[in-house]
Amino acid sequence: MSLITYRQALNDALRSEMLRDEDVFLIGEEIGQFEGSYKITAGLLAEFGPKRVRDTPIAEEGFTGAATGAAMVGLRPVVEIMTINFSLLALDQIVNHAAKIYGMFGGQARVPMVIRTPGGGGQQLGATHSQNIELFYAFVPGMKVVAPSSPADAKALMLAAIRDDDPVLVLENLSLYNTKGEVPDEDVPGEIGRAKVTREGSDITVVAYSRMAAVALEIAGKLAESDGIDVEVVDLRSLRPLDRDTVIASVKKTNCAVVLEDDWLTYGIGAEIAATISDGAFDWLDAPVRRVAMAEVPLPYAKPLETAALPSADDAITAVRETLDATARRR
Amino acid sequence: MPRLSDTMTEGAISAWHKKPGDTIEPGDVLVEIETDKATMEHEAYESGVLAEILVAEGENVAIGAPIARLDDGTDEPAPPKPSAKDDRPELGQEVPDTLPAATRQPDAKPERRAATPLVRKLARERGIDLATVTGSGPGGRIVRADLDDATRRAPSAPLATDHPPQATAVDGEAIPFDAVRQAIAARVTQSALTIPTFTATASADAEALLALRADLNAALDGTGTKISVNDLLVRAAALALREHPGVNASYSSEGRGQTLVHSRVNINVAIASPAGLMMPVVTDADQAAVSAIAARVRALAEKAAARKIQPADLTGGTFSLSNLGMYGIEHFTAIINPPQGAILAVGGVGREVRIVDGRPEERRRLRYTLTADHRIIDGALAARYLATLTELIHHPHRIVA
Repeated sequence: MSLITYRQALNDALRSEMLRDEDVFLIGEEIGQFEGSYKITAGLLAEFGPKRVRDTPIAEEGFTGAATGAAMVGLRPVVEIMTINFSLLALDQIVNHAAKIYGMFGGQARVPMVIRTPGGGGQQLGATHSQNIELFYAFVPGMKVVAPSSPADAKALMLAAIRDDDPVLVLENLSLYNTKGEVPDEDVPGEIGRAKVTREGSDITVVAYSRMAAVALEIAGKLAESDGIDVEVVDLRSLRPLDRDTVIASVKKTNCAVVLEDDWLTYGIGAEIAATISDGAFDWLDAPVRRVAMAEVPLPYAKPLETAALPSADDAITAVRETLDATARRR
Repeated sequence: MPRLSDTMTEGAISAWHKKPGDTIEPGDVLVEIETDKATMEHEAYESGVLAEILVAEGENVAIGAPIARLDDGTDEPAPPKPSAKDDRPELGQEVPDTLPAATRQPDAKPERRAATPLVRKLARERGIDLATVTGSGPGGRIVRADLDDATRRAPSAPLATDHPPQATAVDGEAIPFDAVRQAIAARVTQSALTIPTFTATASADAEALLALRADLNAALDGTGTKISVNDLLVRAAALALREHPGVNASYSSEGRGQTLVHSRVNINVAIASPAGLMMPVVTDADQAAVSAIAARVRALAEKAAARKIQPADLTGGTFSLSNLGMYGIEHFTAIINPPQGAILAVGGVGREVRIVDGRPEERRRLRYTLTADHRIIDGALAARYLATLTELIHHPHRIVA
């Protein structure tokens, strides 16, 4: 175990996999000489050389397509898309090609490709550079989407994504890169499609992923202290496949749930979770499922407005309290 | 175990009509089931071979529990037995309605109490009538905390600390409740413990009513129809309800509380049956001819005597009438049939000396007592209702007009 950052955990995972399997290579904008905009690929060009750490022009559709082809013929590309916002330029390559080739052509070729890309707002990068559009990919059969919230999960899920034979989008998060946590030194791949109860509790279930899963743990601690509320936190970790069973089991225990998400409310991940709970735990619900999400606006640049638009820990605390009030169980 | 009545929580197998190995066609009588209300034949709705009987005759199980296995030839493994926690009915089975029978309104849309899914499930399991629970959630929604309170208060809940007085069998025998007795006990307890009642008694000169009844029966002689005093009183009570709709009403705890005024007048008539008290319904009693009421009550009494009363015979009532006159009872009070607002208790016709035109005269008189839910019915309304009823008895042609 080492106490390292989320950024370092990702770097360690990439390096380990490149050492383990020479078919693994990295491709993306400024990931070599500049070591990536967020320094996830720091040191890797120097260690592995330009054949395995390939700088590209600003051409997302081109290099994502190239990586898809490389994956089809047996390599294991790890594509960096600088932020998830720019993945829109590669949408056709991801949705219409990478995700569909295995199914459409009778299983003749697999696409063992990883797209790693950060989402998240709050850095004053403006509306086009601050989005949380992982839903676009979680929506598509043929894709896998993982969204680690801790350094340990970042490493474990990156290892698993690279070893997976299907296209996997690894959602990173700008505001998580500097967070620290204990990470196993050895390489133990996580299980894609398995949520984790990161805090056990009996009063209410809070479901979240990525940055909001970290917020969920933070508010759980606060609420235990201030209100004596025992929050159970379910970190989804994987958006597709979605681990519905863990969510349902938790709600059956607590009888109510709040979903925290950084994306927009309407049609968001929270809507899918609410539907999952309605399907699987209807008879156990003692209050409607609440969702805490981003304001339905293009994220403003001005700091006070940006802060107001993003879901906050206070918003989450309010939703938890109001949900428990609705069950008349809050003391 | 199918749900055969609204208040049924468990049922006993009276008799199997088929044995393992028998071929079953839809519509075949499979089994006789004793519920809290009646013994009913239950028909198969799928074809196949009766593979296994899981509940033997005389045994009692909760609704939703498998009672037999039907092999439809698809050779699938037997479905797992549901655990105690999961008693949801299987596909194809009648889905238990969580609304208690008596909260169903006979007209318009049925009332739906706001309650969380968890509450509906727990109420089903614990046999709690949601009409008796006050909701403290948003908009009066019933939440689990309310149900837990209600369960703690319920007389059936085990009282760990204080021991209610228990009858001890110093001598004699303990007779366990059957399903009907249990249902009666639960219902009257709920009524007595949750409804604030008052009673108001009135009396009427019955000479004109008895004369009319004699005339009617003379006219009907040979038709097989016979009108009783009770039949006339059912219609009279119904006509008086039409005039005082506030009495033809039910209490609801919805919001800050509601009076549900019913548009139809359906009267539950108390019938003593071998199985115990039954309260079958005479629907639209205000619109039915007295001869039709007489025929309906007779048919219901025969069904009750044969233990063949169906759930449909018992639901939809808006008011109740109980008559002990035939036992020589002068006057009594009855317990409200929840969530109805009132019940009329009718005594027997008795001879009394009254002053008529300044002279003492022997007259036959009738006494009747209204028990009312004071949450929705005030004393003055009860008095006006009784006055109208008295007027009708004094002028009985209006009852049959």
